[in-house]
Amino acid sequence: MLAIYKREMRAYFTSPIGYIFIGLFLAVSGILFSVCTLLAGADSDVNTYFTMILYAFIIVIPFITMRSFAEERKQKTEQLLLTSPVSIAGMVAAKFLAAFTLFLGTFLVSCLQLSLLGKYTADTINGVNYPRIWGNIFAVILVGAACIAIGIFISSLTENQIVAAVGTISVLLLFFVLNILNSFIDSFLIRTLVNWFSVLSRYMNFTYGIFDFTALLYYFSICVVFLFLAVRVFEKRRWS
Amino acid sequence: MIKIEHLVKQYGEKTVVNEISFTVNDGEIVGFLGPNGAGKSTTMNMITGYLSSTSGDISIDGFDILENTIEAKRHIGYLPEQPPLYLDMTVEEYMNFIYDLKGCTLNRKKHLNEIIDVTKLSDAWGRVIRNLSKGYKQRVGIAQALVGNPGTIILDEPTVGLDPKQVIEVRNLIRTLGRDHTIILSTHILSEVQAVCDRVLVMNKGKLVADERTEELVNAVDGNRRLSIKICGPQREVLAMLKNRPGIVYAEALGEHDLDSVTYMVESERGVDIRKPLFAVLAQNNWPCIGIEPMGINLEDVFLSLVDKNESAKSRKKRPVTPEFMTGSGKEAE
Repeated sequence: MLAIYKREMRAYFTSPIGYIFIGLFLAVSGILFSVCTLLAGADSDVNTYFTMILYAFIIVIPFITMRSFAEERKQKTEQLLLTSPVSIAGMVAAKFLAAFTLFLGTFLVSCLQLSLLGKYTADTINGVNYPRIWGNIFAVILVGAACIAIGIFISSLTENQIVAAVGTISVLLLFFVLNILNSFIDSFLIRTLVNWFSVLSRYMNFTYGIFDFTALLYYFSICVVFLFLAVRVFEKRRWS
Repeated sequence: MIKIEHLVKQYGEKTVVNEISFTVNDGEIVGFLGPNGAGKSTTMNMITGYLSSTSGDISIDGFDILENTIEAKRHIGYLPEQPPLYLDMTVEEYMNFIYDLKGCTLNRKKHLNEIIDVTKLSDAWGRVIRNLSKGYKQRVGIAQALVGNPGTIILDEPTVGLDPKQVIEVRNLIRTLGRDHTIILSTHILSEVQAVCDRVLVMNKGKLVADERTEELVNAVDGNRRLSIKICGPQREVLAMLKNRPGIVYAEALGEHDLDSVTYMVESERGVDIRKPLFAVLAQNNWPCIGIEPMGINLEDVFLSLVDKNESAKSRKKRPVTPEFMTGSGKEAE
């Protein structure tokens, strides 16, 4: 499993994809940070910044997940992985952890810019609300992990990276617009149900600086469910 | 040792592998022979655990591939039809990755060096796989299968797409490996089986139609010797003479005209060498013979003879023009 993880990490940096992801992510987060906080004047709010970052995931996450299994299948190297003494779960976990590592590293680097806030904060009495920032960072990482799991699962379905990317974008988009969709629904039951699935509505508590354990569980479950589905995809292909 | 019992693979309604049973003993080189689509690759994929069987048992050195998957996989090195190479890696990186992937415990440097020596990869060691020639890629594929020193090596059409020199190199390599590994290789080239294998398993339409020592298989088919003879002379008279010669079972003008000569296909009885007497007769008639070549047997002949054998209860039929597995319509392949 460690071998696959190491190879994945290496592959990100021997192909342009890792650099594209890092560059794009840092550029987008930099722009969003400037617009939402530094340039926003009195309306400055880190919550807006972090929420915008989540929306950026729809575009940037597919970059690191689209190739994970699609490329293996295209190059026929999945035959190697599936006939080597490694469990399928281990293989999926390695792929997930590699993508997550790249994402985590890049995101933490982008968080360095938050240190500027202390210098420019408008609220001279209370200073920067650090618990709120920590809550947001933690939650963004969780949402990122969930998005990566979804992307990895979709990548396991196809041998075409473009299909994997477009599929991931669509599914993430759907997850993110659920609570916008919600405001058009009258039925209370459906609204509650949709709200339950919505990635964003879960996120809200973190923006208040509240550590929401149910949200943690929710994001964690999404990871587990989609990675489990990816494992099933390989099992299924073996048996069909 | 690989033991396969009543192996069946179905895709929906279609049965791709139908009730196959055989055992491969340690140290054997076994050839899987059959036309494309006979179920060779599917069988190999099931042995290596890439696909699961619909029913039947596969055990590798006593480990069941479905129950004891990981342990069974440790005992197999597999080269699929298309070598599973990461094109962006150098051979060195790739081999080290495979070493880690298989959780190998042998001395890394020593073990990989041995593999390089056997597969003659030292020239390509630092090169990116994408830039290697097909022959080298194939060798990297074989090298990959050797990592961890598995008892059994399974090679799916290892010589397809290689040039004649590379084919010979790969065959020599396989023979070298056969000294201390059990090898199963698939091919649709008969001469490959003759050149490399101790034993042949012939598959057709998902069934095992023969399981024989290589010599026996070839002898069985080689009952009649076939020659291609180029003779200058009037075609009708020459053909009539050929057909009436004792020792000749069958003669036919192949219609390849070259200058004023015609090429004939002549089949002689088993154990009779007709070349000398035939030469004398041709000389008498002043029909110069400008070429005699033995016609090699091919896969089609093997199939037909095996199918014939299986059908031996029925009367021996005239040789069909097109082998039935190519037309896919024949019922003789049962």
